[in-house]
Amino acid sequence: MSSMENFSPTHLINVTVNGHVEQRSVQPRQHLIDFLRDDLGLKGSHVGCEHGVCGACTVKLDGQIVRGCLVLAVQADRKRVETIEGLTQSGAARALQAAFVRRNALQCGFCTPGMLAAALELVETKPNATRTEVREWISGNYCRCTGYQAIVDAICDVLAENAEAAK
Amino acid sequence: MKAPAFDYVKPRLLADVFPLLQTYGDEARLLAGGQTLLATLNMRLSEPSVLIDLSAIAELRGITLVGSMLRIGAMVTHSEIEVSALVAQHAPLLPLAAPHIAHRAIRNLGTLGGSIAYADPAAEWPTCLLALDGVVIAKSATGERRIRSDDFIVDLYTTALLPGEIIIACEFPAASAGHWCDFDELSRRHGDYAIVGLAGAGQRSENTLTDLRLVFLGLGATPLRASRAEAIIDGQPLTNGLIDQAVSALKAEFSAVGDLTSDAATKMHLSGVLLKRMLMKQMRLKSA
Repeated sequence: MSSMENFSPTHLINVTVNGHVEQRSVQPRQHLIDFLRDDLGLKGSHVGCEHGVCGACTVKLDGQIVRGCLVLAVQADRKRVETIEGLTQSGAARALQAAFVRRNALQCGFCTPGMLAAALELVETKPNATRTEVREWISGNYCRCTGYQAIVDAICDVLAENAEAAK
Repeated sequence: MKAPAFDYVKPRLLADVFPLLQTYGDEARLLAGGQTLLATLNMRLSEPSVLIDLSAIAELRGITLVGSMLRIGAMVTHSEIEVSALVAQHAPLLPLAAPHIAHRAIRNLGTLGGSIAYADPAAEWPTCLLALDGVVIAKSATGERRIRSDDFIVDLYTTALLPGEIIIACEFPAASAGHWCDFDELSRRHGDYAIVGLAGAGQRSENTLTDLRLVFLGLGATPLRASRAEAIIDGQPLTNGLIDQAVSALKAEFSAVGDLTSDAATKMHLSGVLLKRMLMKQMRLKSA
């Protein structure tokens, strides 16, 4: 059994969060999103439904979006996490953020960090996405204010900008 | 809600999983992608004392062609299946179904093995497994066995897996020339649990489908093969009349189980719509 980690009430994890290596003790039951918000003080990502439906806690784990409430902090050991704070600081989400502001694609802003993280993966992986595909893609993120029209407009703007720039 | 307290262990080798299962028995849950398990823990529907995380075990990963079978490791994610060129070539039904599974953030972690083991009657992978006549490879401390899809799903959330056994991979017969498949489902919001869905697979020659397997999700306690509709369509050139007969046979064969949003009559109606739509599409393709 030498290849296994020891059983213990808390586990020591090393996680690279927004480029910084964090070494912390966590309880296995702690969600990644609670670790980010409560232990690291990164309050940008939000906690909504806590069962994977609303998308408010969407963050990147090893470069791919995940639900922060459906991943345990202990599972992120030796992985890379990016939150909206990191995506903002690196400039990765800048075009989307500008388009969201321009299109008035947020009111209360609760869903926005998750929306941006989800939209960013769409922009990165499906540059030719149609409006219908944009709607399907963000169907995993609830907004209770805007009715989605402006959010879809903002994402489509960025896709169009990128297509224009690639010409 | 937050999950109850539990312990966590992450074995590096498959061989280390079996003693853990032996020690903890029903108190342990295998953690694959966690996209169902963690939600049920958060809702306190399940309170295991330890989670055994399978994500570090290399032999549960990978997509390979083994002879005439496409083998997909249990820990391969929905997203990996969605974009794999090997899967698109040899089991094209799977990438057709993958986009219907929840949302991207969930597909990035959720796994084939997790979905098959959970055996949700509204889930896409158990339905595709049955439609493609796939095989589940299960392993325990004492050895490995192959379980045919027809024998694997026994009842609601119940499979033929024995205590101490885990799924290590699934195998799908590699598509040969003339392979036909299609997938469609209806849900209230894209990515939500399906109301009903249909996976079809077989061989195609001109306007005729043979070796047909039509499997519905969301109708009953398990994915259901529409054997009467299959018998009507199999080997006959598709016509409007034949398709109507198949839809009638489908409705005579099953009485759906209703759920919170759709009653049994609605589900039966919608399953007929899906079957007709899929076969009409096929007929139009062939006459075009």
